[in-house]
Amino acid sequence: MTANQILNPRDWSSHPRQAHPDYKSTLLRSQQHPLVPLPQSLSELTGPVFGHCGLTGQDADLTRNAVRDGEAIGERIIVAGRLIDESGRAVPNALIEVWQANAAGRYVHSQDQHEAPLDPNFLGTGRALTDSAGRYRFTTIRPGAYPWRNHPNAWRPAHIHFSVFGTAFIQRLVTQMYFPGDPLLALDPIFNATADAAARQRLVAGYSTELTEPEWALGFEFDIVLRGPQATPLES
Amino acid sequence: MSSQTPSQTVGPFFSHALTPSWNGRPPIAGTQLADERTPGTLIRIEGRVLDGAGDPVTDALVEIWQARHDGAYPDGSDTFYGFGRASTDAEGRFWFQTVKPGALPENGAPHVNAAVFARGMLNHAFTRIYFSDEQAENSRDPVLASIGPARRKSLVASLRDSAGPPVYDFEICLQGVHETVFFDA
Ligand SMILES: [Fe+2]
Repeated sequence: MTANQILNPRDWSSHPRQAHPDYKSTLLRSQQHPLVPLPQSLSELTGPVFGHCGLTGQDADLTRNAVRDGEAIGERIIVAGRLIDESGRAVPNALIEVWQANAAGRYVHSQDQHEAPLDPNFLGTGRALTDSAGRYRFTTIRPGAYPWRNHPNAWRPAHIHFSVFGTAFIQRLVTQMYFPGDPLLALDPIFNATADAAARQRLVAGYSTELTEPEWALGFEFDIVLRGPQATPLES
Repeated sequence: MSSQTPSQTVGPFFSHALTPSWNGRPPIAGTQLADERTPGTLIRIEGRVLDGAGDPVTDALVEIWQARHDGAYPDGSDTFYGFGRASTDAEGRFWFQTVKPGALPENGAPHVNAAVFARGMLNHAFTRIYFSDEQAENSRDPVLASIGPARRKSLVASLRDSAGPPVYDFEICLQGVHETVFFDA
């Protein structure tokens, strides 16, 4: 994207609504006032850069970036894709951070009380910068589903959390990637907070034979699309 | 044409990845954006995140993005990167140590951009932190002017009456009568 170009608005037919009663935590945390329109200025159209962070390939390999005395346990997978904007252009040098539960569905977090084992060799966090074609690639362990207390017998479908930066602060995106064919997707209030079925489908990775490495790991492809430059410049 | 990837909540369990200092891991960015060597006035912004019942939100993530002291936006060419990240504590509190941003005339009054994420927020919310001791600049700011006086206050951090480096208090109310102004840019 050319520097500081005016961006398309957030596409509210793709994003979830704010208040979604099926997801109980939204009841006291969703906004009730309409959002106030803000003209895009340099303040919105610039954003942080992360080239100085010195990320290495190790940061993107969750099966190795936290090993202590053995190997991370579970089904090894590769998750890769492209970061593009709505016009199809690659977003290079962009920071992508991921976090997830381990194979047993447990996070390394003091508030996670799920009675499932922690893996001493798996932390469940990774970071990468996209390359010049907007590509990223993580090696990880397939996360397990985990229970939550939203409703009786509630289980989150297996997912990987993604945090993504574009070039503009207002391109910021935090989302979750799901796995194809998961029966829990139809029951999950968070996944289904996005009303549009086609938009929901964009949160589901595709199995990829090309990314799958023989005798090593299954591959999943997950492309991420950020707000792109406005197609027709505003007349002023 | 491709379509935007939908937002999803940050959930409750992000701190080992996004604010991992507690876990002995270096964060990508933290609460201290600047120190005595950074050009400009060193300030602290101290805040709280509250929910619609007025209770502290103890698992929120707050990110800020701001101009340098001279009003220019950082491009990675010096050591002030302009980006900070904090998670709220058991009382819903967060803080940043940074420099007071300058403002170029076309960018209105000095302000810090903030994005708020939490469990229960399916989309993050954008707001701006203005400064109570910039009354003249604030009164000319078109964004502040576009908001009614009752809600406008929610965007202005108040300078604490104390000795030492300036501290600004800023409350973020996610919902209700005192709901902070959130933007759609
Ligand atoms: Fe999760």
